[in-house]
Formats: sequence, C-alpha cells, structure tokens
Amino acid sequence: MAIDISDRPLPADREDSSRLLLEVDNLHVEFRTRDAVVKAVNGLTYSLSSGETLAILGESGSGKSVSAQAVMGILDSPPGFVTNGTIRYRGENMLTMPEDQRRKIRGRRIAMIFQDALSSLNPVFTVGDQIGEMFRVHLGMSKKDSRVKAAELLDRVRIPSAKDRVKDYPHQFSGGMRQRVMIAMALSLDPEIVIADEPTTALDVTVQAQIMKLLSDLQQEMSMGLILITHDLGVVADVADRIEVMYAGRVVEEADVGDIYARPAHPYTEALLKSIPRVDMKGQALSTIPGTPPNLARIPAGCAFHPRCHRAQAICATDEPEFAQVALGRRSRCHFWPEVLDDQR
Amino acid sequence: MSDRDIGDPDSATPGATSTATAQVGGFGGRQASLTADAWRELRRNPLFIFASAVIVLMLAIAIFPGLFSGVDATNKREFPCLLSNTVGTPTADHWFGFDLQGCDYYSRVIYGARPSITIGVVVVGLSVLIALLFGTLSGFYGGFLDTLLSRVTDVFFGIPFILGAIVFLSAIQGVEVLGLITLERGVTTVIIALTIFGWTTLTRLMRSSVLSARDMDYVQAARALGASNRRLMIRHILPNAITPVVVYGTVSVGLIIAAEAALSFLGVGLQTPAISWGLMISESQNRIQSAPHLLLFPGLFLSVTVLAFLMLGDAVRDAFDPKLR
Amino acid sequence: MGRYVARRMLQIIPVFFGTTFLIFAMVFALPGDPIRALAGDKPQPPAVTIALRDRYNLDDPLLVQYGKYIWNLFQFDLGTSFRGREVSDIMAETWPVTVKLALTAFVIEIVIGLLAGVLAGLRRGSFLDNLVLISTTLVVSVPVFVLGFTAQILLGVQWRIFPVAGLSDGWPRSYILPAVVLASISLAYLARLTRTSLTENLRSDYVRTAVAKGLPRWRVVGVHTLRNSLIPVVTLLGVDLGSLMGGAIITEGIFNIPGVGRQVFNSVRTQEGFVVVGISTVLVLVYLFANLIVDLLYGVLDPRIRYE
Repeated sequence: MAIDISDRPLPADREDSSRLLLEVDNLHVEFRTRDAVVKAVNGLTYSLSSGETLAILGESGSGKSVSAQAVMGILDSPPGFVTNGTIRYRGENMLTMPEDQRRKIRGRRIAMIFQDALSSLNPVFTVGDQIGEMFRVHLGMSKKDSRVKAAELLDRVRIPSAKDRVKDYPHQFSGGMRQRVMIAMALSLDPEIVIADEPTTALDVTVQAQIMKLLSDLQQEMSMGLILITHDLGVVADVADRIEVMYAGRVVEEADVGDIYARPAHPYTEALLKSIPRVDMKGQALSTIPGTPPNLARIPAGCAFHPRCHRAQAICATDEPEFAQVALGRRSRCHFWPEVLDDQR
Repeated sequence: MSDRDIGDPDSATPGATSTATAQVGGFGGRQASLTADAWRELRRNPLFIFASAVIVLMLAIAIFPGLFSGVDATNKREFPCLLSNTVGTPTADHWFGFDLQGCDYYSRVIYGARPSITIGVVVVGLSVLIALLFGTLSGFYGGFLDTLLSRVTDVFFGIPFILGAIVFLSAIQGVEVLGLITLERGVTTVIIALTIFGWTTLTRLMRSSVLSARDMDYVQAARALGASNRRLMIRHILPNAITPVVVYGTVSVGLIIAAEAALSFLGVGLQTPAISWGLMISESQNRIQSAPHLLLFPGLFLSVTVLAFLMLGDAVRDAFDPKLR
Repeated sequence: MGRYVARRMLQIIPVFFGTTFLIFAMVFALPGDPIRALAGDKPQPPAVTIALRDRYNLDDPLLVQYGKYIWNLFQFDLGTSFRGREVSDIMAETWPVTVKLALTAFVIEIVIGLLAGVLAGLRRGSFLDNLVLISTTLVVSVPVFVLGFTAQILLGVQWRIFPVAGLSDGWPRSYILPAVVLASISLAYLARLTRTSLTENLRSDYVRTAVAKGLPRWRVVGVHTLRNSLIPVVTLLGVDLGSLMGGAIITEGIFNIPGVGRQVFNSVRTQEGFVVVGISTVLVLVYLFANLIVDLLYGVLDPRIRYE
C-alpha cells in the first residue's frame, strides 16, 4: 500500500539545510517519434537539499528542460517516456507513485516556473483567479479568501498596487511583471522545491537582475530548494550554490559555483567559460565552441562531446568516460579531467 | 560520429547572454524552403494522392469526354436516344442505364462533368485574382483604401449567397451587354453570378493574411534595405500570405461546383439542353422510386468530385502548417 | 468596450444601405416587367398599367425608387406585393415557420456538433476521432439538395419514419427531417472547428502550466482548455444562427415548408419585386445584427480583444 506523503505535515526544522529533498538517480527519458527515438536524458543524477540553489546549465537540446518536466511529472507521454531511474522526493520514488498521489505533490510541494509567462498563463482568466486557483483546488479555500491570498502574494513579489492588479489579465502586465505573477503562483502554497525553467531568458537584462534577486530573496525567506535551469552562466554566478553542467542528456560536470568558475574540470565547461565575452578581451576574436550540439537520436559513441572537443583523443571516440570524483563534492565526466584542471591559471 | 558538418560556422555560443543561441539559417545541406518541405510532405500523404487522382480523372473527363464515352462531343444529336428505352435500368452495354428520353445515362453523366468543373475552376480562378488584388492592396495600404474596400466587401457579404445568385440569374436573362451580346442563362451567366457573390470570402482571407504578414520582421527588414512597396508586396508578403487563400481556394472549387449544381437543381442555373449534374438530379425527382439510378450516378459523381477538392484542400493545409511537423 | 461597440454600429450603417441598394438594384434595375407578368396572358388596359406603375413608382429613376422605399421602411412599411398583399403580412405568415425550423436545426447542430467535436478533439487519433473526421467530410461533400432529397426518399417515402413534406404534422414531427438536413452541414463544420480548436489548445503552454499546478485533469480540460477553445466556436455559432434565420431556400423547397426561403424563391419566380426586396431587407438586418452580437460576444469571451 503506497504511503501518501502529500498529507504528511512538514517537519518543524525546515531551516535544516542538510536535509535531502530531491534525489534524481540515473534518469533516462526518451521520445519515441515516427522517425527515430530521441534520447533526451541519459543517466542524469543529482540531488537537492533544502535551502540550496542548484543550477542546471546547458545548451538547448541538452535535456535540461525535459528532466525538469520528468521530475514534475508533466512530460508529454506519448511521445516522451521515462525508461529508467528513480526520482525520490523525501525518500519516496515519485515514478512508482499512483497518479493522484503525485498530483497532490505537484504544485503544492514541488512547483515550477516557466520561461514565457505570456503563453504560460491562461489569457482568459484574471491573474487573481489563476493564483487563487491554487488555494481553491489544493486547500479548498473559498473564492473570496483565495482572492485575498492572491493579492497578498502579488504584493510579496513586489508588484505595485497589488489589490487592484489582482483583477487584471495577463496581457495587461509587462514582461517582468508577468514573470513575477508566475513566481507568485508557483510560491503560493509554500512549496519545498521550486524549479525555475529559464525564468529570465525572455526578459531584458535589467529586469533579469531584478527577477533573480526576487527569487533569491524569496528562497531565503522560505528556505526552499531551488533548481534553476538556464543556459546563462552570468545568471548562475550570482544565485547558485552548486552547478550541474549538462550535455547530451547527462551531467558532465558537477561542482560548487566558486570551484567551477575558478577552475573548470571538463573541456565543455572550460569552453563555455572561455566563450563569455569580457571587457578586457576587447579587440580579440570571440572564442566559440566549434560544431553544433548532437542530434539526440544519434548520440556520438564514446564521449558525447568528443567531436567538438579540442582535447579529444582516440579513447574519447570509443570509451564513455566515468563520472570521476575530482574532489569532495566535485565530479567530472572526462578522461582527461586532471589535464583540464591543471591548465587553468 | 556526428552527422553534422563540423565546419559549420554557425555554431551556438552558449554562455553569452540572451538570444545568441538562435541558429541563423544554418540548415546545412538540403534546400529547406517551406514549399519544398510541403511538397515532400504531400507526396507521402495518401489522402493527397487519392484526391489528386480523382481530380485528374475528373479533369480528363471534362476536357476529353469523348475518350470516356463513345459519343461524339460536338454533335449532340449523336447521343443514342430511343424513347423506347425510357428510364431503363443499367445493363452491360449501358452502365448507367437510360434517362427520361431514353438517352444513355452514362454519356450524359460524363458530359455533365465539363460545365460543372469549368464553372468551378473559372469562378475560383477569378475570385482568387480579385482576392489577390483587393486583399493585398487593402491589407498593405490600410487607411481609407482599406476602409472603402472592407465596406464594399461587407456589402456583398451581407447578401445570402444562394439568394443573391437566384435573384441575379432570374433578372439577368435577356440583358444586352454593350448592345452586343444578349446574356442567356448558361455557363457564362452562372460564372458571373457565382463570382459576384463568391469573391468576398477569399478577399477577406487574403486581407487578414496580408495584415499579419505586413508587420513581420522580415518585411521591416526588406523595407529597411530599400525595397519599394511594390516589391515588398509581390516578393515578400504575397508568397507567405497566399497559403490560406490557396487552401481555401482549393476547397472553394468543390463548393462552387456544388453551388452550380444547386442552382441548376432549383432551375435558375443551367437549363436544358445543357447538361449538368444538378439538372439531372432535378429531373430525377419525379421518378425517384422507380428509377433510383437517375439520382444515384450524377449524385455520386458530384459528391466524389466535391469530396476530392475538400480532401485536397485539407492535405495542402496540413502540408503547409509548420506546427504539424 | 463602449467605443468598440459604437465603432461597430457605425460601420453597419453604410453596409446596410449598400446591401439593400444592391438588392433593390438587382430586382428593379434589370429588365423584366412585373406588371406585365402579373397580367399573364390577359391583355391589360393601358390605364390600369399606368396606374399600377405609378403606384409602385416603377417609372421613377432607380435612386428615387430606392429613396422612397427606404423612407417607407423607416415608417415600418415594407411595401405591398403586386397582387395587393402587404409584405409585412407575408412576413408575419412565413417567418415564424422559418424561425422554428432554424431553432430546431440550431439545437441539433449544437448538441451533436459540439459533442462530436469535443470527443474527437480529446481523443485525437482514436477510432472515434477518425469516424468524426470521415463522416464530417462526407457530409460536407454531399450537396445539401442531394442530402435532403435522399433523406426525403429514404426516411420519408421508403421507410415512412417521417412525413415526406409539408407541415401537416406540426412541431416537432414535420420539422425534424428538414431541421436535420439543414443542420447537417453546419454541424460538420462545427464539429471540425471544435476538434481543431480543442487540440490546439491542449498543446498550449498554459495547459502545461495548469497541469504543473497540480490541477485535476477534468479541471485542466473542462475549465482551462474548453474556455479558450470555445471562443472561435461561439463566433461560428453566432454567424450560423444569423444565416439559419435567413431561411434555407433549398431545404424549404425540398420539404415544402412554407417559410421565408421558399417564399422568396417563389417571389423571384413570379417577379414580385417588392416581396423579394422586403424579405431580403429583413434578412440583411438579421444577418448584420447577428454579426454585431457575435463581435460583441467575442469581446466578452476574449479579454485580449476587450482592451484595444
């Protein structure tokens, strides 16, 4: 008989930052299309503790969004299927849970913020309605009370004149404000984990900074675990504690933020960092990574990155690298990680 | 091994802020235009193949009826009609039986294809031309021209299609145009009637299509490069905006063929001695119990033709819809 | 919103005059002498002819004729037929029949069309979906008169389930078969539109968000998706009702229903110009009004339109 943990009261010691909230272990997700099988996620493993901000970094097509959808349980299935692995929330494997139990966790304990707020919010309902819906459906609150709560939340995400704006529709907000609405909606029931899928990609740089600060502040206040999915190294540097760098559906490097920026241990991370334009490099050619991300229906044999890697040698085309321990809390999936480390000045 | 060309200069540069990850036109090898993709998609679609086959067949019947029926096209008196055969049932020699006058029904159905299909194609062709002209000008220039053309479209739109055609056709008989031709009820007048009341939908479609295309970035880009209005309209907007018109135009051919049949059925369209599927169906009304084949064969041909055009329109629309990739 | 309404109403006025004038011109400008047609084979004394022509303003220039007609219209006088009957009387007799038929057809269309469309849209690719797709395509391909005709033969004459023609059985028996035939094409379009709209909306981002919020499936589909999907559907229904009210010439003809459609057809035949124009004017008004309501409805349903 499955244990329904969605009704378990939250432990009093939420501030205990060492408590493990989420454990993703060897996750495999594939998409079965008419033409081919696309392996979007290939053996993804990471964990998240409360109060921690984990950044999942990767290009488009690296599998980062898909893995998040798998965790939330909102994968389009068909054509997407989880073919292996476990996703444990507070010890319970969500993949084997009955759906109605999983649904109760969704939105309430684990919430998600999407990239494009304009298309992700329902255009025909007011913002107050959509936020209030969380309270009405999950907690059985009345319409009036939920409206009040919605206004409070809008205030919390620093939207001016919250009480009036509650009656407005999504298209009446600016991009940054809309994203705040999304954040308010995700945070409404005080979830333990929030997954933010490229929350600032669609926004201006200055607004980006505001939103990230908001997220960071709210996370501190509520001691949530935050998973930040992004391709933007700049965003990550400010907010994250740890980083998982993804390529072709698996993690290629895992480390604390400071370590990665100072001394990357994987050629991909190294190349990413090198490609960031810097003011003191003015006048020089921009450094890029040659080639394009692999077709996930035909992932290269051996190390998936080897066709584009300037350190590639014969063994890279045949043997898949182990996820080696570089140091405490650091791992790298490369045959030559010591050389990469050493090459950093 | 990667199946991408490593030398591709359009590589993504992740780590840079914002939108640098967009790949600019880097399609690698194959020429990938929308029409090329759509054509490839169409060729694989069984519905498209079936519909096209039917349409090609019908066109062949319309253009070369003599090939399908042993009767000489020009001389209508060659129809093998013997009153003694009146309303005969189908036999081995006469597949569709006989009609009221004892004429071979199969030949009549075959010959009935030409006027119906001609009308369908010509009316839609004219309507598309009008739509292209009015719709593009209206959508592109906007302002007073647009308001004027839109009101005109609304006026014609406000008249119920069948009603308008009936009134027009009833009134038009015997009118002298420019003192030269006297309009009789026939293919030409039906074409005029159906065009007058049929151009509005396509024009509206074209206009809204042009309106959305006009504000697209690629149009702004072309304008910034100094393209004249005419060039913008013809080379940039038209090819992209024309798709819904092509789709609906295809469907329209079927609908117009059905409309012509309806008008002939009501007695205001083509008249005897012209041959039309609608006329044949109308004539079958009184004999229906004893001779259902009089309704069956023209009705079948009519429905299949309309069906083929509808399917074709559907297939074309699906092929051009990028969302369905 | 108020400005939007005002603007729309302003647009209707020129269209109304344009359309009615077009119809008027078609009926009276083109040749054909209704007075002579009225007399038939009997010779008519010239004095009578002149008097009749004067009474109906037939010798005035077209614009003047039209002007007089409109003037009468605003005094609610729809004119008189050449045989002496008031057009408004004719309307009063025929229109209720058409309205009953139209509403019956409308209900049938909504119930079956929406149901089929929703089920097909929810279960895309299933047997039901393909069934709906094929049957709607077939219904649209077979011309109305063939459909009506065949239905009349099969269900009326052969199997005797429904009366063949006429209104002798009253409502609903006499109305069902013609209503179904009338509804069939609209029903097919409605089902397809609902299906497409639903499928498109089910794929959208806000549905993904709704699922991510932990909402139960029935709420995601029934509240979020349906609300958005029905916007184009409702507008289609509105326009459709407008044209249904306009009378179905073909269907009424086949089933011999004494409604507006059949009346106008007969009047065209007998060159009763004023009846044709009178009825057409009312039809145009109904149609324009229906379009206006639909536009307003669109603004109510879709908040994005409201605030332009």
